[in-house]
Amino acid sequence: MQAVLKRVDRPVAIAFGFIVVLLLAGSLYSSSFLSANYLLQQLQVAAFLGLIASGVMLVILLGHIDLSIPWLVTVGGMMSTAAAGWWGPEWAIPFGVFCGLVFGIINGLGVAILRVPSMIFTLGINAVAQGIMVLHTGGFAPQDHATELMHWLAVERVLLGIPNAVFIWALLGCAIVVMLQRTPLGRYIYAIGNREGATYLSGVNTKLIIITCFAISGMCSALAGVLLAGYSNKGYQAMGDPYLLPAIAAVVLGGTHILGGRGTYLGTVAGVVLISLLASILSVMQMPEAGRQIIYGCVIVGMLMVYGRGQKVLG
Amino acid sequence: MKAADWKLRTSQGQGLLIAIAVFLLMFTLYVGNHPAGLTVPVATTAANKAVLLALVAMAQTLPVLTGGLDLSVGMVFVMTNCLASSIVSGEPWQVALGIVVVLLAGALAGFINGAIVVYGRLQPIITTLATGAVYYGIALLLRPVPGGDVQPDLADFMTYTVFEVVPTSLVLLLAVVLIIWLPFRHSVVGRGCYAVGSAEGAAYMSGVAIDRSRLAAFTLAGLLAGVAGLMLTFVTFSGEASASIGGTYTLNSIAAVVIGGTSLYGGAGGAIGSIFGAFILRTIDDLLFVFDLPPLWQPLFQGVVLLGAVSLGAARVFRIKNRLELFN
Repeated sequence: MQAVLKRVDRPVAIAFGFIVVLLLAGSLYSSSFLSANYLLQQLQVAAFLGLIASGVMLVILLGHIDLSIPWLVTVGGMMSTAAAGWWGPEWAIPFGVFCGLVFGIINGLGVAILRVPSMIFTLGINAVAQGIMVLHTGGFAPQDHATELMHWLAVERVLLGIPNAVFIWALLGCAIVVMLQRTPLGRYIYAIGNREGATYLSGVNTKLIIITCFAISGMCSALAGVLLAGYSNKGYQAMGDPYLLPAIAAVVLGGTHILGGRGTYLGTVAGVVLISLLASILSVMQMPEAGRQIIYGCVIVGMLMVYGRGQKVLG
Repeated sequence: MKAADWKLRTSQGQGLLIAIAVFLLMFTLYVGNHPAGLTVPVATTAANKAVLLALVAMAQTLPVLTGGLDLSVGMVFVMTNCLASSIVSGEPWQVALGIVVVLLAGALAGFINGAIVVYGRLQPIITTLATGAVYYGIALLLRPVPGGDVQPDLADFMTYTVFEVVPTSLVLLLAVVLIIWLPFRHSVVGRGCYAVGSAEGAAYMSGVAIDRSRLAAFTLAGLLAGVAGLMLTFVTFSGEASASIGGTYTLNSIAAVVIGGTSLYGGAGGAIGSIFGAFILRTIDDLLFVFDLPPLWQPLFQGVVLLGAVSLGAARVFRIKNRLELFN
């Protein structure tokens, strides 16, 4: 038991504890909060955020940040539906994810080779992606309906009533956990987050690692966009806008250090569930948007005060 | 001043000089191609738009100098705009009181950011991400639907010209620079901000009051965002709690700061550069208008120019001889 407790670090434990508190508080309001159906519904919505947060987490572990999320999600959604119109439905998902990959690689090149701060380079890529999407929709009217497969992946529940989107998230999550814990790549990611210069001197191709992480982040965002397009049955502009801040907040609430080098995937899962659950409970309680935003911000600051504080400067 | 001194100063101010040069070039291009030429109305319209972003960019500069980042400036801007649209009207004394309250609200928002960063010891990025949500929530409380009012005479005065030549907004910007920025820059606390940004540990060991400097930087950022919010109210005659306005201004302010030659790692640069960075960003939009670029191409063009501008700093990479310097 103690061995298990030791492996789960404090932030993760507190985040999961807060989820339980949220559920109990919600159940006082309405008993439906503890029903399996409601919880599965929450997981389904959380899955989209979870996919995005997975990629963002890798980038944050490096000590970088990816602000191109909003429009890479949109690229994924819009390009997949467009590809279905151009070449047939079987191209939709691969092409959507591929576009995310391309933008992700450009992000990585800018950060790793040109050494532009990631905060500002990804911001630029976000603007470029937006420009391309505006051009894409304005020039001609593409097919913007999701294919059946996309809809099936995002909405249907095949096994035990668990939404398919949750399986996709679980699959991706397992892959990332294995990568972080069991492969050299994962170790290098943590090492770069701690000290890039030292990692480089140890003979690691740090540029390649950085580019890989940004590429994965781009793919994750685009994949989430593909599923979101399937969920709402169409790809549309600015569909990714509500996801940037929650994704970063989820990663950080899960105990990943914003300056890189520390963090677990389990924590990110906890953060994603926490954020989705909080949003959902507040909306069920019919809290107006203003109150929701205020509570949301206070919860982030409050939780980080408990476990995310930095060291005192001592020279 | 000695020659070596001049050399040092110009090399330190390189980013600023480039920003000014680029702006002058672009603005000449704009005026030269504008059907009406450089008339007072053309300049005033351009100035009103540019000053808003310039003020927010100045606000962003201060936390960036200390090595942080303020993702809530845009939301403080929106919040003070909503507040100003509610209280800056009526009798002259009410207007004056309203203005003071708006500015204090901005400063208080900044102070809260700073207090959380300094005493809570949280990272600025994530702190301001969260407080930004709170300020946006307050803006929504103040103004659930767009609307409101502002004292019309004052608003007209602020958005037109002084002596029918100089746009009032530019005079306001100059006043902010002279009254707030320059004295701050040369004060002990202001120099402390630079010290904290370039080497926090060393600054601490040298007895710089790092906490006070940080706190001052964030508070001043809130105040400047408040000035911008007030100005926005004068321009639009109303208040609107719009997340997209806040987000756009936050992101553009970061871009303006970088284009203006301030290092995102802290410790180098200044608010004057950010003003020109903001002017450059605004002139890009205006250029698209005069050159009659198809509207559909405009967002892409803006994106590419933004990406290009922020990548200019990459030239450093190709001059570096010792590869280890890359990681500093």
